[in-house]
Amino acid sequence: MSTAVATPPPPAGAPLTKKVLTADHPTWCPGCGDFAVLASFYRVLEKLQYPHEKIVTFAGIGCSSRFPYFVNTHGGHFIHGRALPFAAGISLGGDDLHVFVFGGDGDGFSIGGNHLTHTARKNVRITYVIMDNSVYGLTKKQTSPTSPIGFKSKTDPWGALDQPINPMRTLLNSGATFVARSHATQVNHMTEMMLRAARHDGFSVVEILSECVEFFEGAFDAAIPRKGGHWVLIDEKKNDGSPEDAARHDVSDELAAFQLAGQAWPGKFGVFYENKTRRTKNALEAELIAKTREKTKGATDLALLQATFAKLR
Amino acid sequence: MVSPNTPEASGGASASAAPRSIKDVVIRLAGNSQDGIQAIGGFLARLAGRSDQDVMTYMTIPSTISGGPSIFQVRMGTGDILSAGDRADMLVAFYQHSYDAHIGSLRPGGVLLYDADHVKPVEGDNRFTNVACPITTGTIEAVGGTAKDKGKNIYVLGLIARIFDLEVAKLTQLIRERFGGKNEDIVRNALLAFDAGYAWPQNNLRDLFYRFEAIDRATAVSGRPQVTLDGNSAIAYGFLAAGVRHGAGYPITPWSSIMETLRTELPKYGGVFVQCEDEIASISTALGFSYTGNVAITGSAGPGLSLKMEALSWATMAEMPIVVVNVQRGGPSTGMPTNVEQSDLMQAIYGSHGDTPRVVLAPKNVEDCFYLAIEAVRIARAYSTPVLLLTDQALSSRIEAFDEPDLKALMVPPGPDRTERPADFKPYPLDRQTRHAPAGTRIASGKYPVVTGLEHDEFGHPTGSPKLHAQMNAKRREKIKALAATLPAPELSGDASGEALIVTWGSNYGPAREALERIRAAGVSAAHLHIRHVHPLPHGLEEVLARYRKVVVAELNDEGVYGFGQFATLLRARYALPSIVSTCKTDGLTFKVSELVAGVARHLGNATLEGLVSQARPSPLASR
Ligand SMILES: Cc1ncc(C[n+]2csc(CCOP(=O)(O)OP(=O)(O)O)c2C)c(N)n1
Ligand code: SF4
Ligand SMILES: [Mg+2]
Repeated sequence: MSTAVATPPPPAGAPLTKKVLTADHPTWCPGCGDFAVLASFYRVLEKLQYPHEKIVTFAGIGCSSRFPYFVNTHGGHFIHGRALPFAAGISLGGDDLHVFVFGGDGDGFSIGGNHLTHTARKNVRITYVIMDNSVYGLTKKQTSPTSPIGFKSKTDPWGALDQPINPMRTLLNSGATFVARSHATQVNHMTEMMLRAARHDGFSVVEILSECVEFFEGAFDAAIPRKGGHWVLIDEKKNDGSPEDAARHDVSDELAAFQLAGQAWPGKFGVFYENKTRRTKNALEAELIAKTREKTKGATDLALLQATFAKLR
Repeated sequence: MVSPNTPEASGGASASAAPRSIKDVVIRLAGNSQDGIQAIGGFLARLAGRSDQDVMTYMTIPSTISGGPSIFQVRMGTGDILSAGDRADMLVAFYQHSYDAHIGSLRPGGVLLYDADHVKPVEGDNRFTNVACPITTGTIEAVGGTAKDKGKNIYVLGLIARIFDLEVAKLTQLIRERFGGKNEDIVRNALLAFDAGYAWPQNNLRDLFYRFEAIDRATAVSGRPQVTLDGNSAIAYGFLAAGVRHGAGYPITPWSSIMETLRTELPKYGGVFVQCEDEIASISTALGFSYTGNVAITGSAGPGLSLKMEALSWATMAEMPIVVVNVQRGGPSTGMPTNVEQSDLMQAIYGSHGDTPRVVLAPKNVEDCFYLAIEAVRIARAYSTPVLLLTDQALSSRIEAFDEPDLKALMVPPGPDRTERPADFKPYPLDRQTRHAPAGTRIASGKYPVVTGLEHDEFGHPTGSPKLHAQMNAKRREKIKALAATLPAPELSGDASGEALIVTWGSNYGPAREALERIRAAGVSAAHLHIRHVHPLPHGLEEVLARYRKVVVAELNDEGVYGFGQFATLLRARYALPSIVSTCKTDGLTFKVSELVAGVARHLGNATLEGLVSQARPSPLASR
């Protein structure tokens, strides 16, 4: 199974290529949208060229959450819905690490919904990719929090009854500082979105519509031109002073982002929102430490604890 | 500033007859929580610590957030103080309701000191020495102004200092330390109240004048001074000494003060404590810290522990080190959140899904909270395993004095080991202990590991192989067995064989040791075995248990459907001895010594012992 010793190690400092980054062969069904997300992620890492050992790929549970096995970086496969708080520990515990989390719509918006809200509001430096197939893939076709009303699943054979959540609105509302949307049939766009998300200093999320060919075929055809759909990109403001620029989307405008999020299905794709001013939890905690240590004049750990005990005499 | 009315000048203590010598005393202070009763207890505890006396306290917190009845019981004296004391030798009653609720706890011959402004004792009750002191008016007269009766607690402290001939200089120093730095008026008022209490006309106190026996510290000198603190603080400081710099948690009584202390302290040490959205996020974040090579802690009380169980299973499977504190309280559910219980033992050992061999440690007293916190972190690191530290509400708030730890020798350096791993690195080797390569570590082979909750091969790849699942299950089990082989023999005191062996775990240590003394004094051959490493159990216990006719396991949980407490059930399953029996209770309070003696007497069918329990023991304060 493993070839850990058989393959010659790459020379130190060798560029990160798709070959180096490839690990286990994906176990996804042929035609699953997640393959394209993986291919784009290799391209993102090839572009970023982070030190190999500083990249962490993490996930919860689901088809999409098998991702870390397929990427040759430090990584892990945690429990359903809890990858984000784990990743917060990674990010805050190793500030030089580049933390990527992958997961599904159930993992992120259902069982992990509250964690998504709180990781976002804390603005922990993490890049989170939600592979939304609007169904529970791994457990074989139950209704998911993004399944449209009327979707016939094993738990709603007559068609889903409950109002689905709006991922963009949910993310904006939570306080994520980078929110983007893409589609697994658009490799270049996905790559660009993930790249911008990775470069964002804060909690960045990309929701990628990634079709489950097994349990929700055609779910995202409405945005696939060769299937008669419309692929419409967000026209981002260029700040070039031109008259047409006034009508373009300002990614720092939260209200405009909410308006985009409210558009009819399949809506637009691109960066909805980016907040470059809010400070990360990583930075705030580091500042707290620096200020505290200033007061204690950088005393050693031993001296600090001795002083504490001296007060208890 | 100078105290305007020095005790010496008031002619208090020194003018009286020689004090009577006593070994220890139990003082119960009963009032409302806003009266600062805990502050008196705190002062007495700190004073005893500074005087090389032993001290133990017991505190009830009203379930209402503020106000309401509150007590603080302090036992101070010479030699080992093992328990907070079954009954009080002195009751200080601030209100009628305090008197009504607590007069029953006073031993015959004890002292009832009450606020004559508020309390009317039952007429003709001459079981006690009654001292009527107008505490409220006395305080108002002494302090005056807008402070009203604020400072009653310090007035009472003065009275107590006078009665027990306490060191005034040390007490006033403690008062200055406590109130100083705020407002000089506050220090001044406190000293005025103290002096007034101390100088309350001595003829009112009749012959109430005592002094603690001189202690012989020569036998047990560490050369270090005593420190006085509560169990939760001891755990937090233990973690700091153990090199823990990361943690995460969600508030719940009685765990919260550990996370509050760490949140406040850790930045000084360059560390981070995260307050999470819930207990699941807390253990997840802590595991994330551990994954970066910074062994982390989390904790909660029973309800929160239930939420952590799924992630704890992952930690066993992924072999990720973590320490989880459970400050046990009365359950099930929200239960009795401010009372003590030991009903989470089975949960700690077996509460997760799947086969999850893991380590459970239980501190025996406040000092042990500090040392077992260090031990828990050591084991988590060495065996790459989750470790549960099972403490309880009684230990969390109890204040005890103990020798200041030798920090220089104990401090463990923090920080991940990111040295490059060789090309043959495997995260889950079958023939060796797992030592994870923290994220950020180069692996010479260029192949990076995945930590996982799926059953896996040695490289962390998922596997459905039944053979590997069996092998990996065995690996996870055998490492815990390997730890068991290294554990020290538990503390055994008393007779090497005989009629009864009392077995305890957790905070029952002290009362059981005292119970043993009484049982043996009654001529019954007996011993006490106390277990700190609750799971896995140390080797050699079968041989110890077999030497006694009855093995009485005393614990604060229900006797269950089959008549045995949780630990007794485990011991019976493990050692298959019919001699193992249970003494259980769930009244939300720690064991009284007499309850333990009664339990042993019942199991032995020993009438003499039972008679001993019903005998009322007079207070050492009784007038002769
Ligand atoms: C605590 C818990 N509950 C339920 C499950 C079962 N489960 C595994 S994946 C999953 C949903 C997967 O859906 P999604 O997150 O959308 O991922 P997908 O498979 O669609 O990529 C569920 C319910 C689990 N593993 N753990
Ligand atoms: S079940 Fe659906 S989501 Fe899962 S691998 Fe197959 S196609 Fe992909
Ligand atoms: Mg899904």
